[in-house]
Amino acid sequence: MTSVAETRLVLRGRGIVPGRVEGRALVSHETISGWGGIDPATGTIIERRHELYGVCFTGKVLVFPGAKGSSGWSGFFQSTRLMGTAPLAMVFTNLTTKAALGAIVTRVPTVTEFDDDPVARIATGDRVEVDADNGLVVVYGPRPGHPR
Amino acid sequence: MVALTDEEKAMRDGRDGDAVAAAMDLLIRYADALGAAHLCETRNVAGTNTQPSPAKTQLFEEGGWSKAFAVISLDCDDDIEVPRMKVPTCQLQHGFGDDALGIMPYSERNIELQADAESFYSSKGVNVLATCTPYQVGNLPTYGEHIAWMESSAVVYANSVLGARTNCEGGASTGSASITGRIPCWGNHLVENRYGTHLIESGLRMTGFQDWGMFGYFVGDAVQEARPVMVGDLGQPDLADLKHFGAAAASSGGVEMYHIPGRTPDAPTLEAAFGAAAPPEPLRYGEAERSAIYDSLNSIGNSEDVDFVLIGCPHASLEQIGRVARALEGRTLSAGTELWVMTPRALRAVSDRNGWTATIERAGGRVLTDSCPAMSRVAPTGTKVFATDSAKQAHYLPAILGIEAWFGTTEECVDAAVTGRWRGSLAPAAVVR
Repeated sequence: MTSVAETRLVLRGRGIVPGRVEGRALVSHETISGWGGIDPATGTIIERRHELYGVCFTGKVLVFPGAKGSSGWSGFFQSTRLMGTAPLAMVFTNLTTKAALGAIVTRVPTVTEFDDDPVARIATGDRVEVDADNGLVVVYGPRPGHPR
Repeated sequence: MVALTDEEKAMRDGRDGDAVAAAMDLLIRYADALGAAHLCETRNVAGTNTQPSPAKTQLFEEGGWSKAFAVISLDCDDDIEVPRMKVPTCQLQHGFGDDALGIMPYSERNIELQADAESFYSSKGVNVLATCTPYQVGNLPTYGEHIAWMESSAVVYANSVLGARTNCEGGASTGSASITGRIPCWGNHLVENRYGTHLIESGLRMTGFQDWGMFGYFVGDAVQEARPVMVGDLGQPDLADLKHFGAAAASSGGVEMYHIPGRTPDAPTLEAAFGAAAPPEPLRYGEAERSAIYDSLNSIGNSEDVDFVLIGCPHASLEQIGRVARALEGRTLSAGTELWVMTPRALRAVSDRNGWTATIERAGGRVLTDSCPAMSRVAPTGTKVFATDSAKQAHYLPAILGIEAWFGTTEECVDAAVTGRWRGSLAPAAVVR
């Protein structure tokens, strides 16, 4: 599964919540709101104008530009952990207090501060390994067809 | 890795008990995630403990408020006893209180839980100001003071208008700060991160509260999370104007800090606002931009039949409550329309003494305290269309509640409550050049 031949891309950043997981990416090109943006009970995006409106992030590697909106951001993502709907890992571009604290209390492997923009380079459905212990995100396989 | 003082190491190592040790552990993980070099000492925390949520209610039922505080406010799984708050800590706005019982579809159980939480946390030293605007009711940090506040509109006001220093904190960081007196020294706490990044040149004078809200909404959308500097012949804003401006800028973008040279304390001059850097090319705010913002804030309204009018987001100032009372004198609300003025209980006490509450209630309106329909996610039963003078609520409530919104002046909103119809329109801009 982790053979060199399958590796398409390695993004280097800084792990801010340790751990190492492998899963499918869910990429948001837009920032994500916690309060008013997600429903912790179902792990879905509920902001009506959001590109991922109605999409569930539970068990996915959530790749996004950063956090927006209320300071309740961390509390809403913390609730996804408590309710069993958390993403598998977080990979985000812009480091802010909301996203950093949110990742910590969600307690999923998290990498940020990349040498390249993960939102531009990773596509929804990509198989990725998030190695937050070493600050790496490894993307496997061919680039799938996707609308963007 | 964050560098700790001997005092901080002692707290981390358990000298002051398990809760303080857990709080230091969270703060260290958080500081390291941010890349903070050290922690700031703070004596002013504004956070939230008493607002019921499904997760918090479940934790409370498992192990009381201690369990809820440990898990949510300290990110700790151990059974701990909640110590007395180490530094002055206040409660922000929360769900509805008992003054809203029976007038909207909000669970009575939540109201009971919240009252119980208030008793618990006040016994631990939390100051139950219960408002998104602690600066309106006695929590006024001084210039340059390091504070740890939640609530986007309070954060932007504290940084920009008061010159205090805070990032946009969350539940676990404020919970941990309240029992340690520490917060990561990062972002807005550092002078080099407080200078302006964008220049906004207004060709319009702000003619009042509504104008400041639209201007804030424009600025937030234009700069997102950056630090705008506004120039032009803007006029003299008051507390409510800047409260509204910042809340709007924090809603359409994520503004935590702005400067208005000559008006806000970090920027006596344009040069001071940008520090050593030269001011960038300005973005212009003129009649076309103002009209576009007005249209955007009113784009979710179709029906002109208004069921619900909401005044006070962030919580209404005394001056705003007085304006509503004056506009309602001798009038009666339309039978099918509710009017709520949201404010802290401390300001309601003054409103009562001034006779404003009686005037508003005589007309059929309500002055509700400590609460927020957006936090509680409910409006009066059957609301399809609401009107507000708050750009922030016009932005959020349609998304949260699936209702239509009209945005206008305070007086237009009061008229809508009296007639049951929306008849607002944009007044001409005050063009200065």
